[in-house]
Amino acid sequence: MTDPTTDPKDFVAGIDSNAHKSPTRVVFVTRRTSAQVKVVDEEEVQTYPEVLFRAIVAIEVLTIALVGAALLFNAPLEGIADPSHTPNPAKAPWYFLGLQEMLHYFPPVVAGVLVPGLVVMALIVIPYFNINVEAEGLFLKDRKRRLLIFYLAAAGLSLFLLLFDVYVALAPTLIVAGFMVLAAQSSPQSPSAFRRYLAAKPLSYWIMTWFLFELAVLTAVGTFFRGPGWSWVLPWRS
Amino acid sequence: MAKTIASYFDELRGTRVWRSVFRSGTGSSTLHRALAVQQNVFLHLFSTKVRTRMLSFSTTWYLGTLTFGTFLLLVVTGIPLMFYYHPSVPQAYADTKDLEFVVSSGLFLRNLHRWSAHAMVFLVFAHMFKVFYRGAYRPPREFNWVIGVILLLITLLLSYTGYLLPWDQLAFWAITVGSNIASAVPVMGNKVHFLMLGGNVVNANALLRFYVLHCMILPLVAILFVAVHFWRIRKDGGLYSHQSEPQTVTAGPVPAAAKGGQFQ
Repeated sequence: MTDPTTDPKDFVAGIDSNAHKSPTRVVFVTRRTSAQVKVVDEEEVQTYPEVLFRAIVAIEVLTIALVGAALLFNAPLEGIADPSHTPNPAKAPWYFLGLQEMLHYFPPVVAGVLVPGLVVMALIVIPYFNINVEAEGLFLKDRKRRLLIFYLAAAGLSLFLLLFDVYVALAPTLIVAGFMVLAAQSSPQSPSAFRRYLAAKPLSYWIMTWFLFELAVLTAVGTFFRGPGWSWVLPWRS
Repeated sequence: MAKTIASYFDELRGTRVWRSVFRSGTGSSTLHRALAVQQNVFLHLFSTKVRTRMLSFSTTWYLGTLTFGTFLLLVVTGIPLMFYYHPSVPQAYADTKDLEFVVSSGLFLRNLHRWSAHAMVFLVFAHMFKVFYRGAYRPPREFNWVIGVILLLITLLLSYTGYLLPWDQLAFWAITVGSNIASAVPVMGNKVHFLMLGGNVVNANALLRFYVLHCMILPLVAILFVAVHFWRIRKDGGLYSHQSEPQTVTAGPVPAAAKGGQFQ
């Protein structure tokens, strides 16, 4: 690296141009030259034709798969809509069955309005918290305090779910909490690659993974394991 | 010398008519290939070059591309479906039955539309989680993540409004269950429910509303946000890749000239 003060064509891209630490980067132009940003040289390809060609192939493969599905499986069509005859159970589309499963345990204002509202809000604010942007291992800094908060939050949430008999949501919570305990007992120096991986994971990773796990389990339960009166059924026994 | 297909294509690209349509002109130099993207109203949403590493399957799993693919499929199958469909009670159900038994390839068309719709909802979720785990929401890409969340909601609404259109028992009760949740909104729940359905229960008004939203409003809004979503990828520095982010260039002291000398 040439010294910017002696090289007339050079410039200084701030003191620290690490995007994780300083999202807004300032370039000091040391001479009357246009600002060029020096980045690590990386091999590039032209969008036309290389990238577009790959995109088209990807979409074609997807089309073939979906055409195959459309030829093999028929879309469901039941009898004409009849407001006087309620099917049991009446189910929402599959992507809302996680919500419907929660409606089984909590009042509609909680399961139908508060929870989805909070989920959408949480998704929107993810990139605006520096703790997510820096993405440091959750238990690597300030370990004692963070462990205490984690244990309190995990115990509180588990107790709450237990109190409302929401075993379906309790199981994923306990599993994710178990991995978090393992992460807390691991460090970047751990001999096992998996434990090094866990130790490096930030808070946002754990929350999102818990959300993904809950979403998948609740949706699957609502879709396959709920029968008349929203009772527990086994899909292979009907 | 025998003429190749490529040479015929080059000749075609040199004709007056072709050149009046495509502004980038003939030639296959890097410049011309860049112009083919930059001078095209649709393609100029994308950057002219992409880092080679971003093309490997494991980086993105092509989930964004595939989601867009399902959207295209849904438009292509949705338009002919509209030709055979009346959004009225009980004609809507009869039309759906006709698609199954009378219209040639009608069943295939409806199947493809329905499975593509399910695939789109699934792919949008998958795309979101993949982007999250890659850390690609980080600055300066925050707002494109927010647009993505909006597109997720639009996708769910598109799928949900389409769910009612066959007007069978499955459709009717799924929308009844879903729309009842809206009643739980504090204070104005019943008003929201009424506004959504055009009545207190799912009826012909609701069908018409859902039809207009499904075929007109929501697709237009989706196209608008998809365009911004694509364009922001270019504006925010291309697809995110941790190693390609500008690293610290110099750790030396800031030269005196940069401390204000030049900017007075």
